Amino acid sequence: MIVESGHFALVLALFVAVVQATVPLIGAQRGDAAWMAVARPAALAQVFLVAVAFACLTYAYVTSDFSVLNVARNSHSAKPLIYKISGVWGNHEGSMVLWVLILAVFGSAVAAFGGNLPPGLRARALAVQAMIAAGFLMFILFTSNPFERLVPPAVDGQGLNPLLQDPGLAFHPPFLYLGYVGFSMAFSFAIAALIEGRVDAAWARWVRPWTLAAWAFLTIGIGLGSWWAYYELGWGGWWFWDPVENASFMPWLAGTALLHSSIVVEKRDTMRAWTVLLAIVTFTLSLLGTFLVRSGVLTSVHAFATDPERGLFILILMIIVSGGSLALFAWRGPSLRGAGLFQPVSREGSLLLNNLLMTVATAVVLLGTLYPLFADAVGAGKVSVGAPFFNIVFIPLMVPMIAAMAVGPLLSWKRGDLGGAMTRLWAAGVAVLAAAAVTWWVHEGGPLLGLVGIALATWLAVGTLVELAERLRLFREPLADSLRRAARQPRAAWGMSVAHMGLAIAVAGMTGAGAWKVESIQAMQPGETVTVSGYDFTFEGAGPIIGPNYMGVGGTFTVRRGGDVVAVLRPEKRTYPVRNMPTTEAAIHTLFTGDLYAVIGDRDEDTGAYVTRLYFNPLVAWMWGGGLIMVAGGALSLSDRRFRVGAPARRRRPAAAAASA
Amino acid sequence: MKRLIYVAPLAVFLVIAAFFYKGFDLNPRALPSMLTGQPVPPFDLPPIKGRGDKGFADTDLPGEVSLVNVFGSWCVACQVEHPFLMGLKERGLVPIHGIDWKETDPDAGPRWLKRFGDPYTLVGADPDSRAAIAFGVTGAPETFVVDRAGIVRYKHVGPIDAEDWEDTLWPVIRELRKE
Repeated sequence: MIVESGHFALVLALFVAVVQATVPLIGAQRGDAAWMAVARPAALAQVFLVAVAFACLTYAYVTSDFSVLNVARNSHSAKPLIYKISGVWGNHEGSMVLWVLILAVFGSAVAAFGGNLPPGLRARALAVQAMIAAGFLMFILFTSNPFERLVPPAVDGQGLNPLLQDPGLAFHPPFLYLGYVGFSMAFSFAIAALIEGRVDAAWARWVRPWTLAAWAFLTIGIGLGSWWAYYELGWGGWWFWDPVENASFMPWLAGTALLHSSIVVEKRDTMRAWTVLLAIVTFTLSLLGTFLVRSGVLTSVHAFATDPERGLFILILMIIVSGGSLALFAWRGPSLRGAGLFQPVSREGSLLLNNLLMTVATAVVLLGTLYPLFADAVGAGKVSVGAPFFNIVFIPLMVPMIAAMAVGPLLSWKRGDLGGAMTRLWAAGVAVLAAAAVTWWVHEGGPLLGLVGIALATWLAVGTLVELAERLRLFREPLADSLRRAARQPRAAWGMSVAHMGLAIAVAGMTGAGAWKVESIQAMQPGETVTVSGYDFTFEGAGPIIGPNYMGVGGTFTVRRGGDVVAVLRPEKRTYPVRNMPTTEAAIHTLFTGDLYAVIGDRDEDTGAYVTRLYFNPLVAWMWGGGLIMVAGGALSLSDRRFRVGAPARRRRPAAAAASA
Repeated sequence: MKRLIYVAPLAVFLVIAAFFYKGFDLNPRALPSMLTGQPVPPFDLPPIKGRGDKGFADTDLPGEVSLVNVFGSWCVACQVEHPFLMGLKERGLVPIHGIDWKETDPDAGPRWLKRFGDPYTLVGADPDSRAAIAFGVTGAPETFVVDRAGIVRYKHVGPIDAEDWEDTLWPVIRELRKE
């Protein structure tokens, strides 16, 4: 009965979405306040109904109701509660319900907190949001119903893939979707603005917090995903340029560009059409991610069970949503041309450079991801594009990007003084030389990429500090004055410094883990010691372990450096009987300079030795630390007063606005 | 001219969308192999260590509907697929033969099978891709359905999961058994 209620709630939500997609839009065109006002209660009803559906599905999972096909296929009664819950979105159908739920949550947030928005813009944005919701609800109801019954019910479920039974991955999809779907807000506002034919500073100020929130969530989502890959897959890697990883990375790149271009719109009232286009592109890439994972057009280890019918449905949906909005852009875009002019060397210029590089990087990732499909379609045969391509093309794009990142914030709006900025960056220059020299000395040369990476990270970190010191007039005025300035800095400005610093730290982490990873694979007898990068790993022995829904082997390593115990590592190798699938649980001990990482393999029956893999991954934890700092920067910026209070008023209110409202 | 710039994103999107549409026909997972409908190419692979002297050759195939599964100890997706193959073996539905592809270490394949279980009836070592090239293998795992006459009838790219099995592979095998 509860399951049927969930299904019914989804059907009702579809009807509400159709009403929300049409009535407020017509109302906004006609200037009818009553029709426009439908958007708010509709958005709230929508979130309620979808939440009910989601709760019903969760209930079926928690109670292990194996008369529901979806539950029987993806859950098992012997699973810990947390994975019963995460199992709800660990499959195609449930994840789509979560997708729509988050969409509805964002919509209702606009309805609840968007009181300061002009009614026309709010009605149109919510209508666009509802169109997306209607499309996806139809998709769920017609092709991927999570509430389908199984007759007769299964005795027990098939279990969730054990690789996915992990806290990192349990919360990876929700954050990813918060990011993907969060960009739908920027998209809806962009479409609403295109319909109104008006994009200005106030518009940018409304869009920015949503973009910022989506970007921060997506950063967490991607970070969790790579962290999971790092510790669960057990070979010390963290990014594989897999199509599905790329699918989440592309909206991130485009979203980062959007975040920066909307600053230009807000402050300087230029790059308007470009910003609207970026908003559309970012959400299109989010949809693309959803499409790629489910269509089977590309192969990936991460893919959901694919089905051409579903793929076709999402493709049609994407053509309507993205094709439609790009057509609208082609039609209305030319009227959005901005007024502000600027010199190439200026804050705008540097943000434009950021946008260009980010866009090219997105295009490169898109090309690399889709190239196998293109080649196949034109009959050039089967190819696969792997990490070498991405590293060769992507890294050279990021080098100028990060180099410019330290300079850009030091330039003034409209016309900047590059010479002056570079002079002020002398400290960063000195730091780069020092860091490069130390790196050279420690690693005795080592790969060039490592040197470049560390130099860039130092340049950006010190450059960011220099910019902050300039803003606070540190060392130029008495400290008390600088502190007073610090207190008066808007949080958004702090947010930028923190986020840029986070990236610098993350770049250092990626460089360390990419350039200087030390790996040692061998068979070890208990009592044997292997030295990896100056750390002595002593294998103490291994024995059987039993967990709630798995069993396996656990080993113990004592790691010493110069005789002192640094850490005790206990890696495991588990087998989940339900799916008869083994997983490795790497043991990781994080030090400031890097991670000690141990994996235990099988026992050789003849000799009693175990296959072990031991790694030293320098600086790798900095990558996720840096990512978290970036997110913190985003959150800080999001808490800025001017977003909370909202835009006081539109700076310029053209006469046309009154007519169309 | 200026206007054209605004149309460009739409044009690019439509081209990509067209490729996606075409992509359904050349779905890499259900790609009709060049071999489909053709007899299995001649090959004769040596055994892998620890499985006796019997290797795997094309002459072993006629007589019974079987699966030929291309795997490698280096292949992550194979590890994902592996438990499913073990399940098939336990249920005894169809013989599965393995081609241990592109191993750089001759011990790696046997070790992998020892560790995760061995679902295969016959296994051949193919370190230099002799059989894989003849089969037109593009990646691992890849699975071929071979009929009683030794003709390749279906090719599955990527790991087999329960849905693939129930929706395509098992029906294909049952059809072939009726022939």
